[in-house]
Amino acid sequence: MSTATHENTLGVDHRKLAMWVFLGSEFLFFGAFISTFLLYFRETNGGPGVELFDIAFTSISSFILLMSSLTMVLAHNAHANRDMRRLRIWLLATAFLGMVFIGGQAFEFTTFYNEGLQLTNSPMSSAFFVLTGLHGAHVTIGIVMLLSTYVLTKTGKIKPDQDVKTEMVGLYWHFVDIVWVLIFTVVYLIPYDVVVFGG
Amino acid sequence: MATTTTSESTSVLRRPMQTTGRWSFLTTVDHKKIGIMYFWTVLVFFALGGFEAVFIRLQLAQAEANVLSEEMYNQLFTMHGVTMVFLVVMPLSAAFFNYLIPLQIGARDVAFPRLNAFSYWVYLFGGIFLYSSFFLGGAPNGGWFGYAPLSTAIPGNNMAFYAMGLQILGISSLAASVNFIATILNMRAPGMTMMRLPVFIWMSLVVNFLLLFSLPIITVGLIMLQFDIGLGTSFYQASAGGDPILWQHLFWLFGHPEVYILILPAMGIVSEVLPTFSKKPLFGYSFLVFAGAAIGFIGFGVWAHHMFTSAIGPVARASFGLATMFIAVPTGIKIFNWVFTMIGGKIKFTTAMLFSVGFIAMFTIGGLSGVTHSIVPHDYQQTDTYWVVAHFHYVLFGGALFGLVSGIYYWFPKVTGKLMSESLGRAHFWTWFLGFNLTFGPMHMSGLLGQPRRTAVLPEGLGGTVELYNLLSTIGALVLIVSSLIFLFNLITSIRNGEASGTDPWDARTLEWMTASPPAEHNFDEIPVVEHRDEFWYRKYAEDEAGVPRPIPAGASEDHPTGEAGAAADGGEVAPADVAAGTQVGTTEADPAAESGEQLDAHALGIHMPDPSYWPIFMTAGFLPLGYGIVYKSWPIILVAVVWMFIGFYGWIIEPVAEGDDDYDVDAAH
Repeated sequence: MSTATHENTLGVDHRKLAMWVFLGSEFLFFGAFISTFLLYFRETNGGPGVELFDIAFTSISSFILLMSSLTMVLAHNAHANRDMRRLRIWLLATAFLGMVFIGGQAFEFTTFYNEGLQLTNSPMSSAFFVLTGLHGAHVTIGIVMLLSTYVLTKTGKIKPDQDVKTEMVGLYWHFVDIVWVLIFTVVYLIPYDVVVFGG
Repeated sequence: MATTTTSESTSVLRRPMQTTGRWSFLTTVDHKKIGIMYFWTVLVFFALGGFEAVFIRLQLAQAEANVLSEEMYNQLFTMHGVTMVFLVVMPLSAAFFNYLIPLQIGARDVAFPRLNAFSYWVYLFGGIFLYSSFFLGGAPNGGWFGYAPLSTAIPGNNMAFYAMGLQILGISSLAASVNFIATILNMRAPGMTMMRLPVFIWMSLVVNFLLLFSLPIITVGLIMLQFDIGLGTSFYQASAGGDPILWQHLFWLFGHPEVYILILPAMGIVSEVLPTFSKKPLFGYSFLVFAGAAIGFIGFGVWAHHMFTSAIGPVARASFGLATMFIAVPTGIKIFNWVFTMIGGKIKFTTAMLFSVGFIAMFTIGGLSGVTHSIVPHDYQQTDTYWVVAHFHYVLFGGALFGLVSGIYYWFPKVTGKLMSESLGRAHFWTWFLGFNLTFGPMHMSGLLGQPRRTAVLPEGLGGTVELYNLLSTIGALVLIVSSLIFLFNLITSIRNGEASGTDPWDARTLEWMTASPPAEHNFDEIPVVEHRDEFWYRKYAEDEAGVPRPIPAGASEDHPTGEAGAAADGGEVAPADVAAGTQVGTTEADPAAESGEQLDAHALGIHMPDPSYWPIFMTAGFLPLGYGIVYKSWPIILVAVVWMFIGFYGWIIEPVAEGDDDYDVDAAH
């Protein structure tokens, strides 16, 4: 609390404001990609398409990712209460759930590949792999941020009174989860319903 | 700041503490120095883009000419467009954002000083990356618009450099937009409410929101292009079922807001210059502000007017045509506001004012030819002709560049503490004005006569009239070269030997003129408290009963505008020079530096400023191997880049913004 340079007209920390602004941009990034997938989900070029989706499996991995939002909230809550031990536990739990999700995605990609849905097959397969792959990259970056936060609380770089830092990681993590809710609905459920059950 | 490093630095590299001298620019986080670096880098790229334009014009000076091969022509006209949009006009606006936003809102720096340095270095490395393609098998050659599936069908790495280069530059602009939005919203001086912000700041805010929301869309398009070129995916492959106009939609959904990204900063600059040299407050401030915001919103709803001849259907054509007509309304409002600002004013035609007035005239011509595109049948006739080339050069050159150059003349004294030569400035203006109209005016005619754009050879069959128009355009381009050299000469001689300007040479209205020229690292010794729009003006002048402004002598207040002695009550004109030459009127905010004649540094005043850092330049250098690795599909190089940037990222977050200040460190460079 030592600088005189930093005064906030809106009463919000700069970093938090910037994260919100940045996430606004990220929504358009995923929005454009999801729109592309919606345009292309029937364009399978004669190959396999959305009927390969294993809705039950993806529901479980989606549930796991959603639960990681809960552990993230608990992590921030612990930090706000200056409880560094619980903060670290929940950070690791969140990162672990994220890794389980990524593992599920790797399994799903491998299965699809073996069943003949490959990156270069068709507009549908390209759009599917690149969109969900980029979401996976976002989750991976989130895991790196969580583990970094964990390490930095150990080294003392992140202090008990600096819960804004955990909150920032949390904002990003919740965003990644919310986007997955959209992807699961719009990329998996609706096209599957349309193609397999005829809407 | 010769501070001693008392606390142990936790970072690997020893903290650079040098804030003066040439080398300090490599590590600086000072928004003013970063703005200056943007400026000089832009001049280099402007010269490159200008040479490309001259080669294009030499090739088209006569029919069936053979000055350039068709392949070379394609590379040059593509790089001319890419350079002027992404490496000249956008970063030149960024130079103004950097230099002026903190000064005009009464802040000491931007919200994230190191992220600001990051934006600059990414821009520089992105530009170098794009231009290196000339030596690596050929520059992008599919047009700045890069239409897929054409661009995915071009053999070689040309368009891979395009896709990667624009993504790198997009990261720079995205980081900058987050930074400036946070700065404008969150770092205003006490009393600086939104409706007291200078119009330039308002336009900056709108532009940065446009960047924030349009860049991710083109990034998606570019990523898909990259995958199609590099890994053989089929996003744009019509033969596999891909939509042949998907790229056009994504590109123009970015590209049309981009047009306003290019023009709104210039509109903001003009809105500062006109009232100052008309000695009147800006006419209809709130109309200008809301018109700017309206342009921002409607700007996202007109993109398909670039695609009327694609298969988008009659409903889309009608609605986008209407939306395009609508967006002319807020633009027209602005033009009326500027004209009414000048009417009845005491106009002083300095060079800055000439360029601003030139802006209004040229931009109006470009705007009128723009409205013709909203009429769909008309657009069918003019699509892909030189009419379109004439139109967008009138708004981007006659509009954006005129406004930005006006800003250079206007703020040069603030940046250097010296005046630019007015006689050379006038020579610059008139040659520029002549050369510009000679180059682009005839293109209206040759376009209506059917000259196609984006073709390397001027067909002989178009006739002698079209050839004459083309010859005139080429002569005009040469006049512009001479004009640019006059400007460069003026710039360099004025920096070396310009007359001292004092803090407020133009008798201006906004906060940046209250502080020293050039401003100290910390901008303001004491942050001003703002009570008015045009705060500085109200500290200098009060109005008498007839509404005529009277200077407030030192020691007076607004309630007693004439002071105890009634010094200025002798009728007569306001003599701004006297006021400006005097010390700061309204002595409460007097700058100690102005009185003592020497500047106190931030440390002596007890002001805490962020320290320089190696990490922005270190981390951003990783974008070069990342870009080459992706273009050449080399996993080892990509891995090196990722590890490099990872190290840079960690060095960055572990290092505090200022030594000994552990709380105020920014989490990451997102």
